Amino acid sequence: MSLCLQARQLACERDERWLFKVLDVDIRSGEVVRIEGPNGSGKTTLLKILSGQLTDYHGELIWNGEAMRQVREHFLANLLYLGHSPGVKTGLSALENLAWYQALDGQKDNQAASWKALENVGLAGFEDVPAGQLSAGQQRRIALARLTLTPRILWVLDEPFTAIDRHGVATLEAQLVAHANNGGCVIVTTHHELSSSPALRRIQLG
Amino acid sequence: MSQPETAKLAPGLKPHLKEPSENLSLALKATLKRDLVLMLRRRGEVLNPLVFFALVITLFPIGISPDPNLLATIAPGLLWVAALLAALLSLDSLFRSDYDDGSLEQLLLAPQPLPALALAKVAVHWLLTGLPLALMAPVLGIMLALPGGSYLVLAISLALGSAILSLIGAIGAALTVGLARGGVLLSLLVLPLYIPVLIFGAGAVQAAIAGDPVTAHLAILGALLAVALMLAPWAIAASLRISING
Repeated sequence: MSLCLQARQLACERDERWLFKVLDVDIRSGEVVRIEGPNGSGKTTLLKILSGQLTDYHGELIWNGEAMRQVREHFLANLLYLGHSPGVKTGLSALENLAWYQALDGQKDNQAASWKALENVGLAGFEDVPAGQLSAGQQRRIALARLTLTPRILWVLDEPFTAIDRHGVATLEAQLVAHANNGGCVIVTTHHELSSSPALRRIQLG
Repeated sequence: MSQPETAKLAPGLKPHLKEPSENLSLALKATLKRDLVLMLRRRGEVLNPLVFFALVITLFPIGISPDPNLLATIAPGLLWVAALLAALLSLDSLFRSDYDDGSLEQLLLAPQPLPALALAKVAVHWLLTGLPLALMAPVLGIMLALPGGSYLVLAISLALGSAILSLIGAIGAALTVGLARGGVLLSLLVLPLYIPVLIFGAGAVQAAIAGDPVTAHLAILGALLAVALMLAPWAIAASLRISING
């Protein structure tokens, strides 16, 4: 039931500069791992490597004891990644956006679940509005609705608090901790100070 | 899976490791539907290549000569070149908006095979660019005094050919999506690969006008399409991964 994502001897070079060298990471169920570091220290790059998006790195990624390359499909079926850009189509409504993610998750189009998820992120009443007419924070909330809509055990979140209001930040923070306490796992970068919790662990870069 | 009121904080279901149970047809249908809806909401972008095609064909008789004999000689090549350029014009936006808003990352992280999902996107491009161009071409052929009997061949050759153009073009579009102004590079990359399609496409129409059998030309176009369908999706997927890596 539990997951384990390991990185061995991870090293990554960008523009003849080493972002990190000999980085060993062990991430397990029940943890919220916060990647810290100043701007340009390679937080996003590390997240992209850990989520299997980048290939030009040195070292090895291990997913539940097997090399990532061999179990990529299994890994992707358990991963939910939210990047810098929320992945929300401005020409589509919130419901239409979520319908696509539901289908990628293998779920039949289930509007009731989408409505519920949108209500949870405070977008009740905006379900049918084209996302382009919503604010940046609301667009990010559409992306965050995927956290409950398409349940995955591993969340990799790049600056999820961007453009979210104070109340939303508190709710999201609680959601991250709850996910970890439920046996899930969260890897997150943020400049927002997370309130301390037994589940929280830090990885310092730069 | 009813969720209690505290569900805002705690997801109702315990997260667990899932076996990959990708439902490919579901994902393909959703991708097709999403792209079709998006394109139909941006009608300007869909109409742009068609308007370009119509304008070029309208201007030629005015610029050269209204002599039907001369026009009939150049009509097959002209129609094909204009359609090819119109299709090229629309390629740059194929993956651009997905790249900008982060959907492309999500597409690459989907558990479904990327070549299949990319093929769905190309299919939408062909449905809204290549197919309308093929249907429009006979009408514009009238303006160029295209001899009777070649209209059907023109439409068929363009329908087949534009599908190849979309598939090959998508490789270029995927390779250049990470570049701020990849449009020129994209044209340079894919134009050489378009030439065989142009030769056999225009050749089919010329053969029809001359009264020769056209099946050979159309069969070669069909064979090119089959090869492109087999290989291009993998090339597109690989190119997208390279672009995202950059």
